[in-house]
Amino acid sequence: MSIQVTNRQVGDVTVVDVAGRITLGEGASTLRENIRELVAKGNKKILLNLSDVSYIDSSGIGELVSAYTTVTNQGGTLKLLGLTKRVKDLLQITKLYTVFEVFESEPIAVRSFG
Amino acid sequence: MGGKTDGNTQAVDVYLDSTLESVDSAEELVLKVARKAGFPDEELHKISMAVRETVVNAVVHGNRYSAHKKVHVSASLDQDRLLVTVADEGSGFDPDSLPDPLAEENLLHQSGRGLLLIRAFVDEFQVRKLHPTGAEVRLVKRLTHAL
Repeated sequence: MSIQVTNRQVGDVTVVDVAGRITLGEGASTLRENIRELVAKGNKKILLNLSDVSYIDSSGIGELVSAYTTVTNQGGTLKLLGLTKRVKDLLQITKLYTVFEVFESEPIAVRSFG
Repeated sequence: MGGKTDGNTQAVDVYLDSTLESVDSAEELVLKVARKAGFPDEELHKISMAVRETVVNAVVHGNRYSAHKKVHVSASLDQDRLLVTVADEGSGFDPDSLPDPLAEENLLHQSGRGLLLIRAFVDEFQVRKLHPTGAEVRLVKRLTHAL
């Protein structure tokens, strides 16, 4: 499976459910376009749910960073939800744990946006 | 795709086109050899990541998607280790001259983490310049470390 991206609204937070592989090519570009559209529509609170992401490569990590900077530069906030062990390991190796706010519980993550 | 794989998939030696599809092919071929060697699932994932990143570099940065250039991938078992080489026909690169992706000022860069991940997932990583042109990356994953 490549990638599936679905947006849903929980209060004023947009939860982006991502499933499949975020890798160089279609996976990374699909996520990028989705985030850009959300930001263009004025969505400022975005929670990226990665619990069904089976595989992510360095390009996929780059897209997470790009999503973070795109949202932040527009005055918004992007947080991560439901990281698998493999994705957690990647964020540790790349030191991006120091950049992203990461949650395991969706209700707690949604409330954290205030 | 040209090249050969032996009947027991204990070795592969192939020449792949400079396309992103070749990344999947290389991953699949190397994993067949690695599975045969008995690497556990989590180590297979690390091998897969390292091979994908290496072949992406060869296709994108080395051969720059050129239809006239090939990526040479070989994998073999040597006693307790899996040896993988990936060679391109580009102008070569010095891994030590690239920006450190862990430096504070580079953390939010979109790219530049491939070599960091490769080094994290294999036991040995070496790059050598080929003559007259190209770069060869050599990866070693030891089975004894993985079990």
